[in-house]
Formats: sequence, structure tokens, C-alpha cells
Amino acid sequence: MITSPAIAYGAERYDIDATVKDDRFIAALKGLGLGDRVLASEAQLAPFGSDALTAFHQRPLAVAVVESAAEVEAVVRLCHEAEMPFVARGSGTSLSGGSLPVEGGIVIALNRLNRVLAVDPDARIAVVEPGAINLAVSAAAAPHGLAYAPDPSSQSVCTIGGNLAFNSGGAHCLKHGMTANHVLGLRVVLPDGEAVELGGDSTEHLGPDWTGMFCGCEGLFGIAVEATLRLVAIPESVRTALAVFDSLERAGDAVAAIVGAGLLPVAMEIMDALAIEAAEASVKPEYPQGEALLIVELEGEEEVVEQELLAVEGILRGSGCGEMQTTADPEQRALIWKGRKSAFSAVGWLAPDYIVQDGVVPRTRLGEALREIDRLSAERGIRVANVFHAGDGNLHPLILFDGREEGAVERAEELAADILALCVTLGGSITGEHGVGVEKRDYMKLMFSADDLGLMEDARAAVDPARLANRGKMLTPPQVPV
Amino acid sequence: MNAIVATDVAAVQAAVAEGVPLIPVAGGTKTATHPVPEGEVRALDVSGLTGVVDYDPAELTFTARPGTTLAEIDAMLAANGQQLPFDPPRLGEAGTIGGAVAAGLTGPGGFAAGIRDFVVGVRFVDGSGRVAAGGGRVVKNAAGFDLPKLLVGSLGRLGVIVGLSLKVFPRPEATATVRFPAAGLPAGLAALAALARGPIPLSALDLDPDGAVTARIGGSAESIEARTARLARALEPLGAPLEDEAAHWEQACRFAWVEGRARLVVVPTAPRHVVDLDAELERRGAGRRYGLAANVAWVAWPQATSLDELSELLAARGMSGVVLTGPPLPEPLIGAATGGAFGRRIAAALDPAGVFAGGRR
Repeated sequence: MITSPAIAYGAERYDIDATVKDDRFIAALKGLGLGDRVLASEAQLAPFGSDALTAFHQRPLAVAVVESAAEVEAVVRLCHEAEMPFVARGSGTSLSGGSLPVEGGIVIALNRLNRVLAVDPDARIAVVEPGAINLAVSAAAAPHGLAYAPDPSSQSVCTIGGNLAFNSGGAHCLKHGMTANHVLGLRVVLPDGEAVELGGDSTEHLGPDWTGMFCGCEGLFGIAVEATLRLVAIPESVRTALAVFDSLERAGDAVAAIVGAGLLPVAMEIMDALAIEAAEASVKPEYPQGEALLIVELEGEEEVVEQELLAVEGILRGSGCGEMQTTADPEQRALIWKGRKSAFSAVGWLAPDYIVQDGVVPRTRLGEALREIDRLSAERGIRVANVFHAGDGNLHPLILFDGREEGAVERAEELAADILALCVTLGGSITGEHGVGVEKRDYMKLMFSADDLGLMEDARAAVDPARLANRGKMLTPPQVPV
Repeated sequence: MNAIVATDVAAVQAAVAEGVPLIPVAGGTKTATHPVPEGEVRALDVSGLTGVVDYDPAELTFTARPGTTLAEIDAMLAANGQQLPFDPPRLGEAGTIGGAVAAGLTGPGGFAAGIRDFVVGVRFVDGSGRVAAGGGRVVKNAAGFDLPKLLVGSLGRLGVIVGLSLKVFPRPEATATVRFPAAGLPAGLAALAALARGPIPLSALDLDPDGAVTARIGGSAESIEARTARLARALEPLGAPLEDEAAHWEQACRFAWVEGRARLVVVPTAPRHVVDLDAELERRGAGRRYGLAANVAWVAWPQATSLDELSELLAARGMSGVVLTGPPLPEPLIGAATGGAFGRRIAAALDPAGVFAGGRR
């Protein structure tokens, strides 16, 4: 069935004079009306060579800066005709290498498709373009008392297109769920350039949930050019509690006790001493000091939140917390979250390099997972800072190293692999919200059987037989003879 | 033709391997989606694939086989102060969790979030007899394609679900309901919009064709009375607490209002379509209710009127519906097609021979 040599990774795309073909392709791209919006010089391409996973770098042939859905269709159609691999890109904040270019392929930059096209306050929906910044959706909804719930830490720069392609999460998933839950309808350009509408403007759907299937496809099914998003009412009251503990395990037990009491906070986050130190060194959130910091956020009707806060405070004390602070002040809350959400970049203050992992374990096995990570860290002599969405068992161990030391990268990667294997062994997942991308592709087989992966590959090949869309991400295609 | 009865996964695989067109069935409560008697397509009865495989209340998740009844799951969760947050419609005692997911329906109490948000893992047998899994048992997971979502609403037309993991939420200690008086459909829609983005989180938000709005809250017993009073004051004209509210929602979830032999049809919609849709439905003598802040229309279609008429009415508006009750239909999905080329390609990958599509794919 598969005959094109272009499918085999690393194989030469062209059998004759590649340079001439590349020049012709660039000319064809410009000919679509893109003109100067086709970037092809070294200097222009440099920023597009990698994303937030900086360990990986590839040189694309060119970047097409599109300004309309029609241009996306035209560029994709051209790529399809020439069997040219392409990667869609928003702000390039992927932590899994999701927007890493294919060497010699095309990057379709969606940043200029950044409009919030409509907000319907009565239906509580927003219609947006893929390059719209996550936070801009909430900003457009705010005058109507509404907000867009998914809040990845990079929300001030990341785009909706990337969020939905990687089914992003955020601190508030515990109550609101991941991005896919908030995407009701899509207009997508399939990898051959055909545009289709999926879902609609209702929270309900019929037949298979095609919208849900497209979300989290990591770009393998094509490019979303318009999305209809569900908005939620801005809560009347939000209270954030901070408590320190003398061990991560105690903090973890407090989380279990809160859930056990039938409470459903909108977020529960834990940071360890190293992550607290990093946060203090960078954005100075003035957290109380301790071995572990637990952030619990409650939202809803004022009276209910007050009651629940009392219950949470009781549970935190009962779990042996040290200093505890609670606040409803928006500025204080913003500072608390700034410390938490900048934790990844803040560890740059502690070590020259780091790998961030994104494994998930069942909530009740958090303590076990943390003890084991601690043991692995000590055994290898590699420092690990822990920041995690405790409410839903989503760990973010930050493995600190100095890439200038010989073998340090390899040792850090080995530890990362062991942590992922641990998460799967405990019944969890290799990724909670960052996606598989290039980074965790080899670990898919830890979680999924050959049949599971075979079915996913079949679905992908049915939609994109030449495997042009975001080739090299999530799935390892069957090797074919060249 | 008699149903093929499968009581384990191997039997499901064997049945699929025969290549005879099949449609999985379990509790038999959504009769219109079943194979037509004496037709080419046989029923594959998976009601014997039962049992909760795993449930730890502290995880807020459970894993069960598809033939496990909703009644059993409700009782299990209630004993631990939890519930299915999407309140699946109960169209009969025998309704199963597999049927609930395959139908993809959110009941009246799922206003805060619908069924698609709560299915976190799935195992199924695809059209080539292969057992595949997607998602997992944890509440947050971004690994691989979202096959759990794909199977929500698939009506057994993409594969046979053999295992499911779902997320659950705490059950509120107390509930209360406020009814706002009827003042016509446009006024009712305005009331819905105001309540939906208001400060009081609701678990149900229903609209009757006369404009009456019914809203439900849940929470601690201590504060429920004061909060009910606050909700009743949220709009003019004021609402009033509904007596015996538990019975009201229990009947709503069973669709007790659907008369005689009318067929129950579910139609996803949006508030802006409701006035027009309602007038068309009324003209044809159909009963209707609007749930989830008018994101879904429940239609009681008169038995004497051709379903083609409803299908055309919906298709003309770009809307779709699924016929749930009444005699089996060759195609319960009516109105506009969904998924386009994307859907056709995915379906062809999962079921190349059309085992679950009457041999056509």
C-alpha cells in the first residue's frame, strides 16, 4: 500500500536534484499570494527551528506565514501535491517538541490568524481562529461575565490551535477538564487540503465525537482553522489557600483527604522545596517556606466557597500543615499563581538545563510515585524539582542538569525515561497535558499494545496516507523498505 | 434473526471475525438503534459482559464492562457519596453503561458538563476483530488519539465497546429546584441565558416550550435553603421552589412526559435555533423539552408522522438527531450527516469491511 519513499523517515525526499525542486516549491508557495510571507533565509528560519523543547532542532525549507483559512487550504493542498511534509505552528510553546519542523519541510505559521471572531454571551461560546492567544479568549469573554477555562501555564502566549492539537491542560483541569472538553466545533483542513466542519455550537453532539477525536491529534489529522469554544461563567468568589508541609507525602495525603471529604476544588497544586526556591529566586511570590507547598483553590457561589474553605482549612490542619494563608485578593492570588506558573522557567535559576516531565499517576499513588522519584534522583545524583497538579495526579518532575558536563544529557534522559515507566507501572500515563510530540514517541509502547498503536496508525494513515501532517510526532510509523 | 450472545471479549472478536454485519446491543432500552428484525444486520448482545472491574472512590474513577447496568453503577457510586455527573437518560431499568456511552447522551442533570467530559478510557473490538484501547484510567491523559471521545455517541457503528473507564464527581448532600413561571419562549430563553452565566452554579437548566424554566442546585444541607431562596430571586418574575423536586428530575431523566407511542428523538441545538425549531415542531404536533440551557432538544415525534419529515426539517437547518425509542430503524441518525470526509476516513480505518455499517462503508 505504501510505496512513496517520502514516508521513510530520514530518507531523501527527492531522488533528483533536490535544490531545484526546493526552489520551485518556494516559488510555488510565493505564487499562492504569500509573497514576502514565505520565509526562507537562514536568519528568518532560525526562530522556527525548535519550540519550547529546545533540545531538538530542525531546519525547515521554508515558513509560510498565512493570513486566512483559505491560505491554509492552499498551502496544505500544495504540500499534498508535492508530498511535502508540513507542521502547523502557533507560538511554539510546546514542551514535547510538537511544533518541531520536519527537516526540509514547511512550517505553516498561524500567528496572524489570531482573531476572536465572535463571543455569544447567551450561548456561552466563542468562535476563534487558531492563532488566538489562550488568554485573549478569556479577555474577550470577560465583559460578558464569562471565561475560557483551560489555563496552561503558558496561557499568556500559547495559542488555541496548539492547545487543541495537544489537548492542553492546566492547573484547573481538576474541575473543568482538558481542552477537548471545551472545544465544541471545528473547521479543519485535512492533510490533502479538503476542509470539513466537525461538531457545532452545541455542548452536545451526535454520532461519534469527531471534534473530540480531532483534539489531541497533535496535528496528525490536519490543521484547525476555526474553533467554537465553550465558555464558563466567571465564579462569584474565588479563594486560594496556601499551606506548607514538612514533607511532600503529607501534602499529598492532604490532597487525598480533601477529595475523600467530597470536596472538589478547582485546583490543587504542590511544589517541593527546590521548586519553591526556584520560584522565590525568579518571580518572588513570597511563599511560606517548607518542604512542600500546597495550593488549593475553590471557586463558586460566595456562601458555598466560604463553607468549603472552612472545611479545607480543617483538613489541612488535620493533615499537619505548618503555616497556612488564605486569600480572596485578586493581586495576591495572581502572585501565588505567577510563582506556580513560572516554575518551569524559574528552575533555570537552579541549573543551566532541565528536562520537564509530564507523567500522570492515580491520585492515590502520588506518595508512592514521589518517594520513588526521590529514590531515583538520589541514586543517580541528579537533582529533581517537583511541581505538580496534585488533584489529578499530573506530575511535573524537573530534572536538573548541566549539558556542558559529559554524559549529563544522557543521564538526565535515562532518569526521565525511568520516571515515565514508573508512571505507567502505577497505572497512569506518560503525558497528562504536554502531549507525546517527538519527545515521548518511543514511550508510547509502554502504555499501548501493538494493536492499540496499530489502530492509531491506521486512523492516521486513513486521514493522511502520505503522512505529511506533523510527521514524526506521537506515532512511530511502520518502517517501509525504500 | 437471533442475536449473537457474547459473554466475553473473545466471543465478541469471534462474532466480528465472521464478517456478518452486526450492531452491538445490551440493555435494549434505546430500541430504535437496534437492528431491524429480519434484516441483514444481526444484534450482538453484550449484556452478559458485566461487572465493575475497578473502583476506588478516592480516585473519582471506575472501570466497568459495558453490560453493567446503570442501576448497579448508581448504587455503587451513591454508597460512596458519588454520582455519574452527566446524568445519563434512563429509558428503562436494563440500561447499561456501555449503552449510555455509545448513545452519548447527557441527561437533564448534566448541565455543568456532559458525557464527553467523563469517559477517560475505552477498550473496544474494531471491525477487523482487533481489541484496542485508548485513554487510560487516570483523569488527565494526553497520550495518543482520544479514542474514548470517538466512541462516545458512536452507536456501536465503529466498534464494540468491551471496557470503559469513567470519571465521577461527588454527589451533593442536598439538592433543590426552582421553577420560574412561563412567559413565552423568547422570555424563557432570556431567562436561561441570564441564569447560565449568573453567579449560581446549576446542575440542571431546563426550558419548556411555554417558557417555564426549571433550575436545580446542589450542595450542603446547611446552606441549601438560603441558596434556593437566592436562586428564586435571581430573576423577575420570581421563581418558586419546586416541591418534590427529586421526583421531578427522576421523571425527567426517564422521559416520563413522552406520550404513548411517540418516538423520543434527541437533537443537539443552541439557544439561537430554539424559537424557529420549536415552531416547526409544534406545527407537526411533536412534544418537546429543551435541556442543558437549550443545548439539546428532546422531541417526542408522533408515531403517525413520517420520520423523514423530521429528518428533512433538521437537515435544512444543518442539525442532526438520533431516534432513540420506537421500532428499530435502518438508520437512527437523521438530519445532517456528521464528520464529513474526516469521519468517513476514520470509520474506514476502524471498520474497513463495514461490519458495523450494515456491510456498507
